[in-house]
Amino acid sequence: MTPRAEHAPEHPEAQGPADAEGPAGRTGTTGTTGTTDTATGPADGTAGTAEAALDARLLVERAGFRLDLTLTAAPGEVIALLGPNGAGKSTALRALAGLLPLTGGRLRLDGRTLEDPRQHLHTPAENRPVGVVFQDYLLFPHLSALDNVAFGPRCQGRPKKEARAEAAGWLERMGLADHAGARPGSLSGGQAQRVALARALAVRPRLLLLDEPLAALDARTRLDVRSQLRRHLAEFEAVAVLVTHDPLDAMVLADRLVVIEDGRQVQAGTPTEIARHPRTDYIARLVGLNLYQGTADGRRVTLADGPVLATTEELTGPAFVAFPPSAVTLHLARPESSARNVWQLRVAGLDLHGDQVRVDLTGELPLAADLTPAAAAELDLAPGSAVWASVKAAQTHAYPA
Amino acid sequence: MSTRTGARSVPAGADGPSPGRPRRRRAAARLPVTLLLPALLGLAFLVLPLVGLLVRAPWSALPEQLTSPEVWEALRLSLFCATAATAVSLVLGVPLAWLLARTDFPGRRLVRALVTLPLVLPPVVGGVALLLVLGRRGIVGRWLDSAFGITLPFHTSGVVLAEAFVAMPFLVISVEGALRAADPRYEEAAATLGASRLTAFRRVTLPLIAPGIGAGAVLAWARALGEFGATITFAGNFPGKTQTMPLAVYLAMERDPEAAIALSLVLLLVSVAVLVGLRDRWMSTP
Repeated sequence: MTPRAEHAPEHPEAQGPADAEGPAGRTGTTGTTGTTDTATGPADGTAGTAEAALDARLLVERAGFRLDLTLTAAPGEVIALLGPNGAGKSTALRALAGLLPLTGGRLRLDGRTLEDPRQHLHTPAENRPVGVVFQDYLLFPHLSALDNVAFGPRCQGRPKKEARAEAAGWLERMGLADHAGARPGSLSGGQAQRVALARALAVRPRLLLLDEPLAALDARTRLDVRSQLRRHLAEFEAVAVLVTHDPLDAMVLADRLVVIEDGRQVQAGTPTEIARHPRTDYIARLVGLNLYQGTADGRRVTLADGPVLATTEELTGPAFVAFPPSAVTLHLARPESSARNVWQLRVAGLDLHGDQVRVDLTGELPLAADLTPAAAAELDLAPGSAVWASVKAAQTHAYPA
Repeated sequence: MSTRTGARSVPAGADGPSPGRPRRRRAAARLPVTLLLPALLGLAFLVLPLVGLLVRAPWSALPEQLTSPEVWEALRLSLFCATAATAVSLVLGVPLAWLLARTDFPGRRLVRALVTLPLVLPPVVGGVALLLVLGRRGIVGRWLDSAFGITLPFHTSGVVLAEAFVAMPFLVISVEGALRAADPRYEEAAATLGASRLTAFRRVTLPLIAPGIGAGAVLAWARALGEFGATITFAGNFPGKTQTMPLAVYLAMERDPEAAIALSLVLLLVSVAVLVGLRDRWMSTP
């Protein structure tokens, strides 16, 4: 099965990088899936080291906690670290930023070793080509939005005038030209988030780190900011790593998810792969989402290669449609129901997770469905069998991409 | 918020009365007499002397008293020395506060205790100690005298030193409180933007704790202005050179009580102005 072009991670607007990184990302995925098993031992990237911009094994040991995470990424790739609170996501991010020293492992970026405890090498945060968007942004309250963004270029030794002109350019790109003189206290959550992003990008980082970039926003702003952030991440040519506990943010924003629990990677792969083949019950619950990208016209979203999904939201233009696997009903014959989203599909795989069976379906619209074991038995599902799948429009959720 | 912590950590009577006042008044209504009576007595004890000062003030002779060259000289010297002592405290005290609040080194608690010692040490003892170290025959003073010809005691610079010795702990404690209240993650954010620790301190931390520094500086200045014991021990009592206002008041008390009252009134006025300034500018702003 070829990966679907309509799926979130493939950014159509990021032509060059997306194409170049597409296959690399996929080999990278199998690479990292492999490292799940070897995460305890030395796991040197064997396949994609030549093109890996980020090549890290983060080992941080503290009393009662151990983080051991291998991360590799190609230029232009966006990786989401997904996991419950206390899993070690933020620790990993702080280690990448240089705010927390590694106790073992190594960190290489663009072929340059930034940290290697065995050689007593630790590049301090201020000397790393890294930009960070903090969870609560940490915009300097005594500086205007413009001076916040100009802070990085100034620290890199640019003359004041030049730094401010550059900062003004970044703010304009973020649609914030009118707020250049505003103090952070008078900015809305969404605006503050964009200033924080502009500030991090203004140092021209080779590694962009985002700590729960949308967590501080209310639900309404979140949609807007998420789609803007997605565009900016797609344009960003270096590696981006974002930490989130929200699977939807992760699936929309990232090319690849790394799910961590108790300081260790439990699964890694594209959002689609993980949603179809969750390795643990936790991941099945966490990343239980069918997500598609297409073009909306009223209450219909047409996906890139044909299928049309009926939704309840009125939208026009690029859009995402999402629905949980539990919203899918499977039938042996074409259902006579009112559901307008009906497709004939083929079972590709079955996995038991807790009290649910997750069915991986391929065909016109590949999707994951959750059934009770009883229902699965009744339908006599087995890999290869043909079924009809239906989803009520009311159970889908569409929003602008 | 940082300002409030900063101001509050200073033990002197600088607590802003505004935040808790209504609650306190309600509580007073239910207080038993056994507590209320000594409380009122205590209040009277603190306020009456000041009232007495106002009542006994030679109001008619006041303009003449205050324009006499001796008073003017003492006032000018006091203001100059207190300001210079505050400047010394700022230059040395802010980095010291940073060291105490932001770094962790062995013996940090001991250093902190030593820094605050002048707060509780009788100022005269401070003056004697200064004399032993920086006096013409002191451990450091001897060397300063022979190598550079610098003599600190019984000189205006000695007044500044004595006042700074007594006043700096106020500033250090206030700034340290402000630093502890300021989010250190701002410094981390600055570091990720390429700022060295010094740049982060100068461009991010200092502006963030500016209100705390301001409050600390005012308290230190007020303390320096009223300094008596260390000054008279270390710097002596030479009119125009080391005789500050408190020294002039003490001396005048024997010769010319009216002049002493006039001088005291000036100091009282300055103190009230400092309190009002602190309250309005730092303690009521969140």
